[in-house]
Amino acid sequence: MNEIGLGHFLSVAAVLFTLGTLGIFLNRKNVIIILMSIELMLLAVNINLVAFSIYLNDIVGQVFALLVLTVAAAEAAIGLAVLVVFFRNRGTIAVQDINLMKG
Amino acid sequence: MSMPVLFFYLYAGVAIAAAVMVVVARNPVHSALFLILVFVNAAGMFVLMGAEFLAMILIVVYVGAVAVLFLFVIMMLDVDYSQLREGFLEYLPFGLLIGFIFLAELLLLAGGWMISPTVTKTVTAPIPAGVSNTEALGLVLYTRYIHYFQVSGMILLVAMVGAIVLTLRHKKKVKRQDISAQNARSKETAMAMRHVKPGQGLSDNDAAEWVR
Repeated sequence: MNEIGLGHFLSVAAVLFTLGTLGIFLNRKNVIIILMSIELMLLAVNINLVAFSIYLNDIVGQVFALLVLTVAAAEAAIGLAVLVVFFRNRGTIAVQDINLMKG
Repeated sequence: MSMPVLFFYLYAGVAIAAAVMVVVARNPVHSALFLILVFVNAAGMFVLMGAEFLAMILIVVYVGAVAVLFLFVIMMLDVDYSQLREGFLEYLPFGLLIGFIFLAELLLLAGGWMISPTVTKTVTAPIPAGVSNTEALGLVLYTRYIHYFQVSGMILLVAMVGAIVLTLRHKKKVKRQDISAQNARSKETAMAMRHVKPGQGLSDNDAAEWVR
């Protein structure tokens, strides 16, 4: 317990990823919380990438973490923009009311 | 316990507790603020690992941009958030079951798993000794991974244009500058000579026609 290794960081990432999944299950009506949960899961992925990058002494993991970060930011911006437009048109953001495409 | 170990448990504990609060908080504003706390603690863990550049980027991008974007959207939408929480307890047992199974699987995997000893020979770009983390990242990001870097820039550009196109709306009643109409004006359409009779002035009809 006196040395922090790869396993510790992977465990934290696993817990964070699980909490992200749990957030999607529990808040099935609130799209904003679902988006936040997706951000949590992407953060867990980033922690994994960086931990392996340091452990294997390979910088590529951090490059990919940077790319994941970029995509996460773009996804949040687009997701929230879609949310705002949807709220303008329908007056609600509840997930069960999002059935315009009859999917 | 040495200081790094202590700080690891501090960061990990706070991050996980804050992540729980993101999921269960009643108020979405609190969720967004706890999300910021998770990111700050994750940045702390990145510093502990030795990835300083990504830690700072995490603070700048997530705390400075994404979380604030979430806060803005939550405050802009006029939604009864308590209504959106209905069914939380209904899904709780099922969600906890799924989460428990998922976590158990992940941790079992982490426990009974080891890195192949040959994997260190397949390292793509070893971190050079004696340079800072930022420099080491820049040395490969702008050379070997330049195309990935530019594609990520394109993704950000598309996201920016997309967000603007989606949310921009022109109101009919707002007067806007129409540059082509301004440039198309000639002296004939812009000016008119009127003989104003003394003591009468221009009538409203004349003035309206003139302004046009």
